[in-house]
Amino acid sequence: MAATRVVVDPITRIEGHLRIEAQQENGRITNAWTTATQFRGLEIVMQGRDPRDAWAFAQRICGVCTVVHAVASCRAVEDALGIRIPPNANIIRNLIHGMQFVQDHVIHFYHLHALDWVDITSALKADPAATSRLAASISPWPNNSATWFAEVKDRVSKFVSSGQLGIFTNGYWGHPAYKMPPEANLMAVAHYLEALDWQRDVIRLHTIFGGKNPHPNFLVGGMASAINLESTATINAERLTDIHDMIKRAQRFVEQVYWPDLQAIASFYKEWASIGGGVTNYLACGEFPEGNIDEPDKFYLPRGIILDRDLTKVVPYDSSKVAEYISSSWYDYAQGDEAGLHPYEGETKPNYSGPPAPWTYLQGEKKYSWLKSPRYEGRAMEVGPLARMLVAYASGHEDVKAIIGDALGRLKVGPAALFSTLGRTAARGAETVLLARRMSTWYDALVDRIKSGDTQTFTKDKWEPETWPATAQGYGFLDAPRGALGHWVQIADGKISRYQCVVPSTWNAGPRDPQGQPGPYEAALTDNHPLLDPARPIEILRTIHSFDPCIACGVHVLDAEGKTVTEVKVL
Amino acid sequence: MFYPTSHPWSTDQSLGDHLAERGVSRRDFLEFCGSMCAVLGISSTMLPKVAAQLEAIKRPSIIWLQLQECTGCVESVLRTAEPSIGDLVLDMVSLDYQHTLMAGAGEAVERAKADAMAANKGKYILVVTGSIPLEANGMYLTIGGRTGREILEEAARDAAAIVGVGACAHFGSVQAARPNPTGAVGINKIITDKPVVNIAGCPPIGDVVTATLVHFLTFGRLPEMDSEGRPLFAYGKRIHDQCTRRAHFDAGQYVEVFDDEAARKGWCLYKVGCKGPAVFSPCPIFQWNTRTSWPIGAGHPCIGCTEPYFWDTMTPFYGRLPNVAGFGIESKVDTIGAALALGATAGVAAHAAATGLYQLRHRKQAEAEAAAGSSTPTKEG
Repeated sequence: MAATRVVVDPITRIEGHLRIEAQQENGRITNAWTTATQFRGLEIVMQGRDPRDAWAFAQRICGVCTVVHAVASCRAVEDALGIRIPPNANIIRNLIHGMQFVQDHVIHFYHLHALDWVDITSALKADPAATSRLAASISPWPNNSATWFAEVKDRVSKFVSSGQLGIFTNGYWGHPAYKMPPEANLMAVAHYLEALDWQRDVIRLHTIFGGKNPHPNFLVGGMASAINLESTATINAERLTDIHDMIKRAQRFVEQVYWPDLQAIASFYKEWASIGGGVTNYLACGEFPEGNIDEPDKFYLPRGIILDRDLTKVVPYDSSKVAEYISSSWYDYAQGDEAGLHPYEGETKPNYSGPPAPWTYLQGEKKYSWLKSPRYEGRAMEVGPLARMLVAYASGHEDVKAIIGDALGRLKVGPAALFSTLGRTAARGAETVLLARRMSTWYDALVDRIKSGDTQTFTKDKWEPETWPATAQGYGFLDAPRGALGHWVQIADGKISRYQCVVPSTWNAGPRDPQGQPGPYEAALTDNHPLLDPARPIEILRTIHSFDPCIACGVHVLDAEGKTVTEVKVL
Repeated sequence: MFYPTSHPWSTDQSLGDHLAERGVSRRDFLEFCGSMCAVLGISSTMLPKVAAQLEAIKRPSIIWLQLQECTGCVESVLRTAEPSIGDLVLDMVSLDYQHTLMAGAGEAVERAKADAMAANKGKYILVVTGSIPLEANGMYLTIGGRTGREILEEAARDAAAIVGVGACAHFGSVQAARPNPTGAVGINKIITDKPVVNIAGCPPIGDVVTATLVHFLTFGRLPEMDSEGRPLFAYGKRIHDQCTRRAHFDAGQYVEVFDDEAARKGWCLYKVGCKGPAVFSPCPIFQWNTRTSWPIGAGHPCIGCTEPYFWDTMTPFYGRLPNVAGFGIESKVDTIGAALALGATAGVAAHAAATGLYQLRHRKQAEAEAAAGSSTPTKEG
């Protein structure tokens, strides 16, 4: 049987513009290509700007993970200028970033990923009373009543019978890859709707500290939201109580809805624990400083690298070993297509060399993406929740060992099951539970500091450009919901002279490198991967969505002038 | 938190019947219409018309294109409360094409879009987030192997109304900031034969988007707009004139540096870069995320994201507004304010002209500074 060429463009339920091409033979995927089809060039735009403005420009890389580039940018500029932010500001950033994780992961699960596993039309056959019993068997969530499930069933039933299916038009309903009974489907659909309302509520934490969401405001040197218990216009007891209650509601939803649902759904799809593993190396730059930014041993989630899926050791991460390749990307390097450049030496000349639009296929093209190919010592690395949980698990992190061990035990699978599409999705849920819990620790720490009289949120002494050196450079890291992120900034005469980012979706969604090594998406799609019906590629969506693509983040451009900097500063 | 809406709205049913079936009383419905009137700034004498129109309409088709963008505007609409996104998608409109939420992918959703546009020719609402890159023959953005421009032109052809959501859709936003590497432009540079509503902001408040849609569905026309295409019901006033910290500005009480004693008292942020005096926005009134707070309310100066080309005209964000300095500010700012107030009373055209003149002056200054190699606004000691 000849190979069938498959194109999925646009990939939906993601951030950004992504195209997948694949070859299918005998129900399996034998080859795959990942293409980012958008380019914006934001780092070029940032050159010559005030470095204190950089966070706002960088933030607009992505409106989904809407805090991560802003915080990484602040950290890069603070590193360059030698600014140490006050402990309160660090805690507030942890709370904001923590809620970003929790809210974003829940949205990903229900609104971006669930429809790969949940057949809405099957939910119409469910018995609401049986659905309620099923839900009660896995969770004490009080909304799981038969009357509530009956209402949802009725709502969906009328919606479907209206003939106007809207966002559900041409979904892959009835595909044999859907395995869940009607009651499990109805439960998931009901929680899809509840999660829509929940996410709007808990993200208000960003609004209190940052004035709005998406794109809350940040500040180099700390945070702009002053603390004063005696003022109506600042962080005071009323605002703190709102935050406290949001954290509680976030924890409750995650522990009583998201995490039980995830495990219940996974139990119907255990074969996906041996599908879609892909590359065998995992990188985490670590996150949530609970001491100073330069004390990685005090991060809540640890930094490190797992090589060849060997969970017996964690290799230290060294940011100087990162390089980006362009042999499959629509860019030129002065040294040619074989070269790999560290971000401090990075150069970018976009040069589209693909076919003119409209095109049909890109497979067979030497270059086929606006993403570059980042490599660590020449290896392709997966980043994101799975990488973080593996590094923490292998590091002996007590909380992570407990929750991962518990989940593996329930599904009756060993740690090898983590290296898969299902493992990626489960790791995201596990870290959401842990981070929602950890937010209480940060909240309590903030309250304790205020009690002790410390209300400082901003470091003033290096705000004015007159206090800055003539030239400076800095590295801002951040382990974002989608994985390890790095911003590199160089400052000359008070302005940004170069700005560069290496971001999670570049690591995961990048194309082949000069050695022909595929990126993590491409490798995962060819790792024991089924594709039954090329016209209804639901299996491709399952694996690609398990990475939670954020392609606008991935598509960036390094320095336009290609200047070389010999000094490389490493945290 | 959750208020279930159990009965979807079928095609052969008017909204009035649909709500009656859902158990919504006539009185509840009129209350909802009243709150929509308040949001839209419509006189309560119009209430019967709003109610009648809302009752009669059926679920209209919406085609939502996401072009060169960051998805922040979509996320903002996901945060709307009244109507919630769940109610909007299941009960109020038929969202027939939208990348972030659609179940299918690839050919299946492209076919869904083509079918919806054919079935609702001349009737569907086109919502667009993102800009169009014109450099490199448009290859900086393709979807399904086609350029963003081609996709936009096709979808705009038979649209009943076009609503551009966010700074990218009108001004190209951050990717169009100097030196605009991809040649990004707003959709109003491509679609010139139809009005395009500009729901300005980076991102805009999601509720402004839903209120604009309700306006169109109720009155059968787009809301009145200023010279930048922004609906007056949301963008008709300056932040400065509605600011919760305005009294401190008038009293000369300014934050000098972040986290100083003035910041801890909630004083005016003008001296640390607030662009509020030059910005038309619903932020102080609508506020963000179910009216939780807004940027100035959380202690950060306004960065002017509802204004044209704000990445160039409003930066550096922490520099003071040009031509508006120190304690002489009141006369200066009030001169501008008087011109705009005149515009508001003399009608939409005058208002638009005043706004446009102000913007033009502002933009010209930025361009002059760019030519001189500096974008630094006047910094007063």
